[in-house]
Amino acid sequence: MATNVLNSLNAALHKMLSEDSRVVVLGEDLLDPYGGAFKITKGLSTKFPDRVLTMPLSEAGFTALAAGMAIRGLRPVVEIMFGDFLMLAADQIVNHIGKYRWMYNDKVRVPLVIRTPMGGRRGYGPTHSQTLEKHFIGAPGWHVVAPSPFHEPGTLLRRAVLEDDDPVLFIENKAMYARLVREAPADGRLGDFHARTTAGSYPTVTLSFDSFSRADVTLVAYGGMAELVETAAEQLLMREEIFCELVVPSSLSPINLEPILESLRRTGKLVVCEEGTQTAGWGAELIAAVSARAFELLQAAPLRVAAKDLPIANTSTLETAILPQLEDITQAVLRVCSNNRRVMTR
Amino acid sequence: MSTPGDTRLNSPHRNHDDPILERLYAQMVLIRRFEERVLELFAAGELFGTTHCYIGQEANAVGIINHLAPRDIIFSSHRCHGHFLARTGKADLLMAELMGRATGLVGGRGGSQHICYENFYSNGVQGGIVPTATGMALAEKMQRTGAIATVFMGDGTLGEGLVYEAFNLASLWKAPILFVIENNRWSQSTPVEKQLAGSMLDRGRAFGIESGEIESTDAEELYSHFATIVSKVRQEQRPHLEVIHTYRLCHHSKSDDMRPADEIERYRQNEPLPKLRCRLDPKVADRLDEEAQSTVEQAVTWARQQPFPSASTLCDGAAAGFAPAENYGTAPQA
Repeated sequence: MATNVLNSLNAALHKMLSEDSRVVVLGEDLLDPYGGAFKITKGLSTKFPDRVLTMPLSEAGFTALAAGMAIRGLRPVVEIMFGDFLMLAADQIVNHIGKYRWMYNDKVRVPLVIRTPMGGRRGYGPTHSQTLEKHFIGAPGWHVVAPSPFHEPGTLLRRAVLEDDDPVLFIENKAMYARLVREAPADGRLGDFHARTTAGSYPTVTLSFDSFSRADVTLVAYGGMAELVETAAEQLLMREEIFCELVVPSSLSPINLEPILESLRRTGKLVVCEEGTQTAGWGAELIAAVSARAFELLQAAPLRVAAKDLPIANTSTLETAILPQLEDITQAVLRVCSNNRRVMTR
Repeated sequence: MSTPGDTRLNSPHRNHDDPILERLYAQMVLIRRFEERVLELFAAGELFGTTHCYIGQEANAVGIINHLAPRDIIFSSHRCHGHFLARTGKADLLMAELMGRATGLVGGRGGSQHICYENFYSNGVQGGIVPTATGMALAEKMQRTGAIATVFMGDGTLGEGLVYEAFNLASLWKAPILFVIENNRWSQSTPVEKQLAGSMLDRGRAFGIESGEIESTDAEELYSHFATIVSKVRQEQRPHLEVIHTYRLCHHSKSDDMRPADEIERYRQNEPLPKLRCRLDPKVADRLDEEAQSTVEQAVTWARQQPFPSASTLCDGAAAGFAPAENYGTAPQA
């Protein structure tokens, strides 16, 4: 039965709260009838009034509160209303929570999940539209996870909350909430694509137009960019007869390079797409890792598609110009192919 | 002079039937000898990094911690040796940690400021520990364990905004937590009047937290004072803030003391150790001094024999899925 990302996450929270008394949910404006700014927590406070705790505007304070709860046996889920506000809790994330387990020589666990909506395209302006997870990639101790419509978001959230003993930063692109979940059956078909999903808690999904034999370019994207990249791939196939393979990870940190390298063995060409700003971004790390590990696979210089290194404007003409668009992806693919042709003719 | 007789006392390292004054003194003299030795070892280059000593404030730790039950939580700060030794007496494990040894409290990873042992925790960034300890107290309350939390901070920490987020949260959710502010009058090199406006007590009261203060370096008086406070936090399951006006007789960290000498001398008249020692049988006091000395020397001897942690253990306790010892560039071809 088709469900959207919002309902998938909401249902997962309902189920976890009813099945496991260690689960507590903390955040701002969570209580019914409001049920949270994006309604992911709708109905929870009515059913579980003792374990759904509405918090004052104290992101650092209640993130720390949840950390204390996690160390002492609970499984807290923190909602930060807008991902931009995650920066208010950055000291907790970097200097406290991510360190405890290792710094205390494995004596404690901090099984905490911070979920937060990131991303623009809704005209919310400079402080409510950003994609900031790149600042936490590589932060010791943290798993950074981003569901996409190609992953069942509720399932990933459940694994993060109940099965992961380490803190998880769970990034939800806000434009994605209304999108339908399109989880691929294992080794099955997904629309026009053949789909493969890696094992593990936070899998990578690879989509191919023709059962993983022929492909020209590997397109890597996560979260809210995944469906944009899908559209780009469809256009490129119809208009340019370029076959793209889509690689959609859900674990941003650590990065599982294997499915990316596996696709590169067929394509030799890499374009990495993200909604965050380009400099020192996730794509930069990914390209550095791929280059160091398997430079011989690359037939052309890898390219990044990302936001410009600017704040995000309120007005749509400027917001559109700042954030990566469909056209930016198709242009990058054409460029990586033409770079390749030059290499080949030399 | 009060005569405390709380039979619920539970100190992990002394017998229940020890006369309380002897116990308070024994713990204080252990802390003092330990830290004096630590400063010598630093000077001799045997320890890593830096350390923040508690010399002059020992009466606070023993006055409070002897009222805590085994499951009760303590969250301490950069200046944590005194709290830790009053709680556990494990001079050997702490010394090995300061020497960076594999068998230290946290295997040499944390050093002086970042330790963990049973229900004792410390961290070196100011402020952030306060809401974390509040969350711990709430978790115990939600799980109905009966445990409470105590968090120690100094006057300097009151500059951190997170402290007030924690006060608000603790009061809203009635967390069973004791906030202890040890006002030692100096935030590193800055006197309290140059870094703190308004009243310390009103900070707690503004959030509806019952708040009190005491000016004392008398361990017996502090012990008596905190008996009712700890019991109220436990019974009434709500927060309490208590300010202890005290004085740090040593430097902030290793060698950064530029405070006026006459001020330090004036406060030295209020030294907590002699104050309590003169109430003990001199023979008993001599014995406790010797025992502390010997415990510290044994700790040093033992710690020196311990191995340093091997780099092969680097990834133990790292978040699953990471292999930080291997950079991508040197990882084997898959």
